[in-house]
Amino acid sequence: MTFSFDLLLEAILFGILLGGFYAAVSLGLSVSFGLLDIPNVAHPAVLLLGAYGAFSLGQYGVDPIVAGLLLMPVFFIAGALFYKTYYLVFERRGDAAAVNGLAFFFGVVFIIEVGLVIWYGVDQQSATAAYIGGSLELGDIRLPYRLLAAFSVALVMALALSLYLSKTFYGRAIKAVGQDEGALRLMGVDPVKVKQLAFGIATGVNALAGAVLLILAPIEPTMDRIYIGRTFCVVVLAGLGSMSGTLAAGLILGIAESIVLMFLGASWAPAVAFGLLMVMLGFRPQGLFGR
Amino acid sequence: MDLSRRKLIGTASSLSIASSVFSVPAWANNPIKIGMSMPQTGPLGAGGKAALLALKMWVEDVNGRGGLLGRKIDFNAYDDQGNPANTPGIYSKLLDVDKVDLLIAPYATVPTAPIMPLVKQRGKLLMGNFSFQVNAKVKHDMWFNNAPWNDAEGWFAGFLQAAKDSNSKTIAIAAQDQEFAQNLANGVRAGLARTGLTSVYDQNYPPTTKDFSSIVRAIRSTKPDVVFVASYPGDSVGMVNAAHEIGLGPTVKIFGGGMVGLQFTPVMESLGSKLNGIINYNTYVPGMPLKGIEDFFKRYTAKAVAEKVDPLGYYLPPFNYATGQMLEQAINATKSIDDKAIAAYLRANTMDTIVGPIKFDAGGERANQRVIMAQFRGVKDKDLEQFRSPQRQVIIHPTADKTGDAIFPYEQARKS
Amino acid sequence: MRFWLSCAAISIGAVFLAFSGANNYLFFAGFVVLQSIVLASAWNILGGYAGYVNFGVPAFIGAGAYAALMMHLAFAAPLLLQIAVAGIITGLIGFLVGLLTVRLRGIFFSIATVALVFIFETLVMNTPFLGGATGMQLTRPESGGLFPSYMRMLVVVMTGLAILAVATARYVQESHIGRGLRAVRDSEEAAECSGVPTLKLKLLACALSGALLGAAGAPLPMYLSYIEPASTFNLLYAVSALAMPIIGGMSHWIGPVIGAIILASLQQIVTVTISSELNVLVVGLLLVVFVVAAPEGIVGLVKRWKSSSK
Repeated sequence: MTFSFDLLLEAILFGILLGGFYAAVSLGLSVSFGLLDIPNVAHPAVLLLGAYGAFSLGQYGVDPIVAGLLLMPVFFIAGALFYKTYYLVFERRGDAAAVNGLAFFFGVVFIIEVGLVIWYGVDQQSATAAYIGGSLELGDIRLPYRLLAAFSVALVMALALSLYLSKTFYGRAIKAVGQDEGALRLMGVDPVKVKQLAFGIATGVNALAGAVLLILAPIEPTMDRIYIGRTFCVVVLAGLGSMSGTLAAGLILGIAESIVLMFLGASWAPAVAFGLLMVMLGFRPQGLFGR
Repeated sequence: MDLSRRKLIGTASSLSIASSVFSVPAWANNPIKIGMSMPQTGPLGAGGKAALLALKMWVEDVNGRGGLLGRKIDFNAYDDQGNPANTPGIYSKLLDVDKVDLLIAPYATVPTAPIMPLVKQRGKLLMGNFSFQVNAKVKHDMWFNNAPWNDAEGWFAGFLQAAKDSNSKTIAIAAQDQEFAQNLANGVRAGLARTGLTSVYDQNYPPTTKDFSSIVRAIRSTKPDVVFVASYPGDSVGMVNAAHEIGLGPTVKIFGGGMVGLQFTPVMESLGSKLNGIINYNTYVPGMPLKGIEDFFKRYTAKAVAEKVDPLGYYLPPFNYATGQMLEQAINATKSIDDKAIAAYLRANTMDTIVGPIKFDAGGERANQRVIMAQFRGVKDKDLEQFRSPQRQVIIHPTADKTGDAIFPYEQARKS
Repeated sequence: MRFWLSCAAISIGAVFLAFSGANNYLFFAGFVVLQSIVLASAWNILGGYAGYVNFGVPAFIGAGAYAALMMHLAFAAPLLLQIAVAGIITGLIGFLVGLLTVRLRGIFFSIATVALVFIFETLVMNTPFLGGATGMQLTRPESGGLFPSYMRMLVVVMTGLAILAVATARYVQESHIGRGLRAVRDSEEAAECSGVPTLKLKLLACALSGALLGAAGAPLPMYLSYIEPASTFNLLYAVSALAMPIIGGMSHWIGPVIGAIILASLQQIVTVTISSELNVLVVGLLLVVFVVAAPEGIVGLVKRWKSSSK
């Protein structure tokens, strides 16, 4: 593979756009796992549900991004209810629930996957929109519009969530509940309700992120598996609980993947996220920006 | 005759008349079981469903004529989703649980490759279904492939001719890492020295690849004259879309080659004008003179529309119907359903089918190849019926079927 | 003593079956059930006894399968040698994984094991010698040695492996190793403070578990006469290996056996009669149901029923 600076520049630009997207799909996990310590392995599967939801709405002519926004409240409510169930079954029992909690989420992953296969079939599905198919020409560089769209939405989502968590009362409560539940209770806030809110937000964000996934590439039911690697890589790389760290980590992953894709070929790309994850877990499990 | 014997004869004859009126006809009691799996969902599903419809048509036609050897045909096709992990289990089940008499292979190389060792071990005849060189390593002597190609040289000949005519010197190769694409690409790679083309880009990408813009970008940077792609339907569409989104660059004269999927009419309809200029393989283009095929298409289209399957059915269905015809001729000639007997007949004879005469070589592939290389021209968006016209796919090779010359460079051909 | 007698009886039974006229498909499906017993028992050594959820079972199965393939292609090694070498290699991998993840708990350990699956799969995809992403067709030896067919021989070998796996699990459970692992599972910090050699025990469990998982994967290329990475490194193995001990019960070595027999048989029946998608749904649903309603598994239910009926 011939190396040239043009190609490298293009790979980096592509990687930044892709990285923004990876950050967006990891935001929910940053909240549910990073802040609340819930072993939510089902996060990418819910992401895929959002993508398929946007696809279904797209069959009625709804633009993917609009579909994502429409699905957000639905996912929020579903997430809040789901957390309540999880809390009642697992967290309150407090037994050696590590195995059981993880097993539960892995089971959920497969149920969602099979559900999607049964409902939609194993075929790839993709969306059509005005901004899918063309690209921005900057000299010899081509940046596909769908990537630019994905990146913009991602940026807005990351900013919005970050502001919410740092500027509003309940946002700060979410950050606090992971650190000191007792103190929160003393302030008159019910930690369970706060966690419900947090999980609801994490799931709601997934709806829009899923719609963005649909814009980016065709979807099929087993896609969630590689996103387990990408989302956990971003969250671990960032360090648990850091929202701005999530954005930076996403960019790092995006650029790394893009460079490997360009210069080593598509056959090595699947290992980048997981490889980076292993390296982080082995040498710096607390991440780059963690608490 | 005394009374008791008359009574006996009377009772016997009335009983036999009664039994012949009320019993199930013998032909349906002892059916010939033909079994297979077919990709009906998954990446190959669009083609598989059309192929299956043609096979079912053949079964209906034969049963309407009284079956084979006076026995009804019992036909069953499972869905393997185009996934090679599913076929060994399905074919084991067909042999040991369903106990079928005869096997047909699933459509396409990838689902067929895993069952080749199995059918060889069990000594079963396998009627191949549009696979490419899948028997090359296993060398099963009871394998017969209905596709009109043999090896990479035959396939590549038309594409190579276009490259020569356009004075091309360099080639970029992109091939999916799976049995079909690798067989084809390796054949092309092996023959490069003879062609005078130098490879400037050569990449195998895994089947899970969804984003082709990086591949297209990398190809562009090497400024090739020819771009050869070997891919399955999902990535063929991906590559065509990426070529439009990112652009292959002004140097490219010829683009196409071995992209499966660009022959399925639903795919052709959805890609529309993005197809223009691509030079790709096919097995049948409207206008080719073949006896009996027009009548087949009429009947096929009626059923296909009802079942929401590829309505034009140009690529696979006629050849699947031909598979049935070959089996019919072999079984009727040898008066048996024994695998070895049928295999011997198929090897020794030329069979007459709706896609013309079919003759096999020692490896079970076509002795009389007829791979069509055609260039898409003047294709409009969202129009299915336009593909009934021979002008949408101009045949540039073989000479016997040629309807026009290739237009290059690719950028110019796109606008044709 | 009773245990070893039953094992002997099962072995003899398997040999008899292999020489009988039973339907071929029984052996095709039976192989899968026996393999599941090995996988479930091996998983439970690390997961049930020590509390470390290994979700990278496909990585070890795949490593075992491809190690066996390599032995077959490079040295034309006989099946038993393939299995032995595969077991040694994957045991080593297990040991190294244990070493690398020594500081990781809970979900981090599990995610690291998932990472292994994709990394190994990518390595195989980039190794043309092993077939790459395309895969490889294989010719089995013509005969099954002493047995009527190769498949029947495979099933007898698999029975032997299953007995080995269960015996190992039983030994670990009843020895000081098991006591130490249980201490680690209940509270690793307390265990360390009490002087339990947690690191050594964890590494031992990782190595044993890994070796058995790899040995279970080794016969796969010969079983199918075909191998390719996507189905070999399939995460479905992971969720099955997790579900079987949970359904059966993680605290006792008989649990994984019960879970494996029930789940694998159910899966085979569903695949033959309905479809292969539904078989995945069965696993997922049973797993969730048992985790929520009966986390102690069938063994736990039996214990409770026994103690309540006293």
